[in-house]
Amino acid sequence: MSLRGKAFIAGSYEHPTRNAPDKTLAQLHAEVARGALADAGLEMSDVDAYYCAGDAPGLGPFSMAEYMGLKPTHVDTTDTGGSSYIIHVGHALQAIASGKARIALITLAGKPRSAGQATGTAPRDYGADTPDVPFERVYGPATANMYAMAAMRHMYEFGTTSKQLAWVKVAASQHAQHNEHAMLRNVVTVEEVVDSPMIADPLHRLDCCVISDGGGALVVVAPEVAKSLGGRAVKILGHGEALKHLNGGKIDLTYTGGRISGTRAFEEAGLAPADIKYASIYDSFTITVVEQIEDLGFCEHGKGGTFVADGNLISGVGKLPFNTDGGGLCNNHPANRGGMTKVIEAVRQLRGEAHPAVQVRNCDLAVAHGTGGSIGTRMGSSTVILGRADA
Amino acid sequence: MSGEERVLPAPPVNPENEAFFKAANEGRYLVKKCRACGEAHYYPRTVCPFCQSADTEWVEGSGKGVIYTYSVMRRAPVPYAIAYVTLAEGPSVMTNLVDCDFDALKIGQKVEVTFRKADNGQAIPMFKPA
Repeated sequence: MSLRGKAFIAGSYEHPTRNAPDKTLAQLHAEVARGALADAGLEMSDVDAYYCAGDAPGLGPFSMAEYMGLKPTHVDTTDTGGSSYIIHVGHALQAIASGKARIALITLAGKPRSAGQATGTAPRDYGADTPDVPFERVYGPATANMYAMAAMRHMYEFGTTSKQLAWVKVAASQHAQHNEHAMLRNVVTVEEVVDSPMIADPLHRLDCCVISDGGGALVVVAPEVAKSLGGRAVKILGHGEALKHLNGGKIDLTYTGGRISGTRAFEEAGLAPADIKYASIYDSFTITVVEQIEDLGFCEHGKGGTFVADGNLISGVGKLPFNTDGGGLCNNHPANRGGMTKVIEAVRQLRGEAHPAVQVRNCDLAVAHGTGGSIGTRMGSSTVILGRADA
Repeated sequence: MSGEERVLPAPPVNPENEAFFKAANEGRYLVKKCRACGEAHYYPRTVCPFCQSADTEWVEGSGKGVIYTYSVMRRAPVPYAIAYVTLAEGPSVMTNLVDCDFDALKIGQKVEVTFRKADNGQAIPMFKPA
């Protein structure tokens, strides 16, 4: 059964902070919740469903529900890393379509920047009970070198080049110059990217996203609620989610779970990649964008490097305007989890509320897509197809 | 050359993996194989990830493979090369490449197992050019 159009995104909010040593994590969650509800024209007391992921403090949803005074009758704490919030949109769609919820609030917040976290270069420890840890942790898998191994293999199999990857960052920087909140607003060139210091071969410093504090929130509502709130809500047309892992050692790092989540989302929406006017694509690293663009069907497997080159992702220049807020590469990567901001910028584009310099003309259909975890090991991918209310 | 001074955090040993690490301390490299479907898998587990049979066994691995992919982490106190090596037995395994010139590594290169000591003395399988 297709759930096309069975729920709407009525509110969205991106916290303006990128460095918040003076705020608590719970406070940031509450501030983005207030922002998204105000954007929708709703109150905290209207919320009957609450979704958060591993970035929220405390056990599951308890602490934040209590802090904010929520009394939800539907909760979801699905955690697939940075893609969690795109999955939450899909789960809110399901809950609303089945009558279990009417107004769902999704929050994300984090403070890795003010905590001085070496997000990309320090191996994380997921605990002794995690079955892969005894066979991986000792080898130093950090975020950057795992994505780098995917890039290295992509280059080997398809001839993808560092200069092609650099175009992803160049496009993001072209967009970020117009975003007053973006962490990095300077426009960069392909040469500057490939000449920046090597972090983990073949990824340079400018192939990597920023580390920022901040957060974001979304309010997903039933169609009748969206109608009562006026015409700004964005329609959810399709959703997909998929896990991909190392498959017992039969590995292929040249694609992500997006191949499956994207197919399912486009099927539900009854649309094809060629219909999409704007794409938010999780850009933890430049290679993440190249692989996911292929996986979503914007080009053939292996042709992503050619596709992103020469400004093809720049709004007003290329065929597929992407991440017009500057993305994780330049704007914001709150809590080291980029899925939330991907949905927020897609909502801006569909409402015609992106910065005029990057607003896509007649933007009626958009995709927001992300992959959490690591494309070098195990990941959760999620895709949501969004449209204007008349779509 | 590779990071001889790296401190390697000892892997957590548990009932499911202790045979692997005990063998490593004897200089042997074990591979987990399923008696039901005949497939080798990685990381080693009791229940086969391909056919879900619990009839799995440890077999002596060849210790030989080829580099599937790799990356040299430059932003570390001692730079190191992480890699996936595709074993002759089939599965690809996460590892480090040692005893090699990082700048001369190539995907497809033949490698063989060697061992380094973790901070508690546990032998850790790694790979070097064959």
